[in-house]
Amino acid sequence: MKILVAVKQVPETSKVTLDEKTGTMIREGVTSIVNPLDLYAVEKALEVKETAGGEITVLSMGPPGAERAIRECLAMGCDTGVLISDRKYRGSDTWSTSYVISQAISKLGQFDLLLFGERATDGDTGQVGPGVASFLGLPVLTYVADLAIVGARVQARRLVETGYENYTAPMPVVATVVKEIAVPRLPTLRGKQSSRKAKITMWDNDRIGADGSRLGLDGSPTRVVRIIRPKVAREGTRVIVKNEQTALGAVDQIMEFLEKRGVVETE
Amino acid sequence: MMGGRTGEEIWTIAESTEHGINPISLEVIWRGLQLREKLSNARLITVVLGAGVGDDGLAMVASAGVDEVVCVEHEKLGHFLPENHAAVLVDLIERRRPAIVLAAATTYGRTLLPYAAAKLYAGLTADCTALDIDQETCNLLQIRPAIGGNILATIETPVARPQMATVRPHSSPTPDPVDRPHAVVNREVADERLLTSLVRFTGSENLPGDEVSLANADRIVAGGRGLKKPENFRLVGDLAELLGAAVGASREAVDRGWISYPHQVGLSGKTVAPELYVAVGISGTIQHLAGMQTAHSIVAINNDPDAQIFEVADLAIQGDLFTVVPLLCERLANRRGAGNE
Ligand SMILES: Cc1cc2nc3c(=O)[nH]c(=O)nc-3n(C[C@H](O)[C@H](O)[C@H](O)COP(=O)(O)OP(=O)(O)OC[C@H]3O[C@@H](n4cnc5c(N)ncnc54)[C@H](O)[C@@H]3O)c2cc1C
Ligand SMILES: Cc1cc2nc3c(=O)[nH]c(=O)nc-3n(C[C@H](O)[C@H](O)[C@H](O)COP(=O)(O)OP(=O)(O)OC[C@H]3O[C@@H](n4cnc5c(N)ncnc54)[C@H](O)[C@@H]3O)c2cc1C
Repeated sequence: MKILVAVKQVPETSKVTLDEKTGTMIREGVTSIVNPLDLYAVEKALEVKETAGGEITVLSMGPPGAERAIRECLAMGCDTGVLISDRKYRGSDTWSTSYVISQAISKLGQFDLLLFGERATDGDTGQVGPGVASFLGLPVLTYVADLAIVGARVQARRLVETGYENYTAPMPVVATVVKEIAVPRLPTLRGKQSSRKAKITMWDNDRIGADGSRLGLDGSPTRVVRIIRPKVAREGTRVIVKNEQTALGAVDQIMEFLEKRGVVETE
Repeated sequence: MMGGRTGEEIWTIAESTEHGINPISLEVIWRGLQLREKLSNARLITVVLGAGVGDDGLAMVASAGVDEVVCVEHEKLGHFLPENHAAVLVDLIERRRPAIVLAAATTYGRTLLPYAAAKLYAGLTADCTALDIDQETCNLLQIRPAIGGNILATIETPVARPQMATVRPHSSPTPDPVDRPHAVVNREVADERLLTSLVRFTGSENLPGDEVSLANADRIVAGGRGLKKPENFRLVGDLAELLGAAVGASREAVDRGWISYPHQVGLSGKTVAPELYVAVGISGTIQHLAGMQTAHSIVAINNDPDAQIFEVADLAIQGDLFTVVPLLCERLANRRGAGNE
């Protein structure tokens, strides 16, 4: 079984700054981590490997520093790492990102199972997984909460608005996973040590050969034209409850609020 | 009224489910109606993909005020196999070249649209909370929260077409039905050659009735670690029941096993925008706020005067939830009892 996991490096805190002109993130000086939602995909890959055998490749597209994110996944038990990095990729939207990642995957060879996080906590679109599947001409299962390999097929349970939906798909298949699928393990000390020495494949666009007119800010169909920091604070009313008496007053206020907002009928 | 090329088409995708058309699809039509106002000569078309789509569903779509309904059917479109749905949508788009294609940011829309957009070299903006038209260029302005709701980005697709976007559920009202719908309803059968997916649907499990879908709920009562014990989480359920609300939770509550993951609201759970969000014993960390701060009305009950949740609350009840919630339930129950007399 050949498994690929795509992981994105994201800023750790929500205090990222943005280049107001280009709308892209300024990553310098911000601690970066593996997108937390990608750890569920990594863990699932490890579990599949433990039961069905195989090899896990971790792929990330990003600046050279994204190597650290890859090493973290190697420390958890993944086998090989590939970083695709080129200045030409800077500012790629999800179309371009999906395109480049799919080109790199094709160059890496055949995979049976390709796992993605549900979404990245920064860009937050959730579009890259389905996008890559589309470019590769593979079926996609999104919002997968449970997954098992049964013979040559994958059985998956999708978490949708109304409950769960079950599907089976032939491999190769792309799946985007939700938190419910697994509990990520911590890297072991030995894993950490060997990951530090592991050799990570670095590919630029000369190696990948993606169409130059489809890359980065200029090659992306979408453009961020404006960014504002919304004021989340609301002019709320504060009611302080100290005892039973003031609690009754608070309940009056809640009822009045609910009536005003049409949630409960006026008496 | 501003310009716009003659006959430009604005499309909305409606979701066909076993219970008919998903009502969220009407919100997307409302967005389309707003855009049609701003683009003279534009036509609004709703596309439905499915199998055995009922006439009443299409009539509901028509009466929302669209100009045309296109329903493409095939038994292989009955379940959501993204490859089949996307192939049919891409084919339709290539034939008719709409300027704009919108869908709800549901698990359906957020899968179908990126799969289709990749094939089309189309720009796609995720989970928009507002849409507008640029007065000069007539381009679609797509406004969306990103980075855990910390910023609002305006995104444009200057050249590529169509301009595609998914729209956050509950961020728009539904249109009032028109008296005399004028929409042409066109049913077609999908070209079998497009339907090549080898994925098979093998069944579904609906969440039990008391676990009404969070994403579609108009009202949500959510509980956090402040409830302290699993058995206390019942208070949240009681209040939700009395308000006709779905039950939500913070990650702390989910991780402690007080309630299952589908109820989690926030960065690693669901993003919701209900009419009413009641947060009980939730501190309001940035990761939780990311999932609920666009709710229309927010009530927070918390005994910490500095709880961050109060910053987004319209009504901040600073006090012990174990005192306030039971009294509130009692009041609501009495009210309901009185109403039934
Ligand atoms: C404020 C803001 C708003 C944006 N809005 C849009 C928008 O609406 N539409 C649009 O097309 N672009 C948008 N972008 C650009 C987008 O963030 C980038 O293209 C980004 O590289 C990928 O999108 P994402 O972060 O949303 O990833 P997602 O699609 O949310 O990621 C899903 C999964 O794909 C994998 N993945 C994603 N990126 C990588 C990577 N670099 N390497 C390896 N695996 C990866 C991971 O498994 C991840 O969990 C926006 C950018 C900003 C700054
Ligand atoms: C990558 C990442 C993703 C995350 N995703 C999510 C997510 O999707 N959703 C999410 O919710 N969190 C998420 N978190 C976790 C988040 O940071 C917080 O840990 C979590 O939201 C806290 O849950 P809480 O508010 O229930 O608990 P706490 O922060 O412990 O708050 C409990 C609150 O209850 C109040 N309280 C206690 N007793 C009473 C009482 N008697 N009466 C009234 N109030 C009382 C306290 O004052 C306190 O404010 C994520 C974190 C990370 C790092």
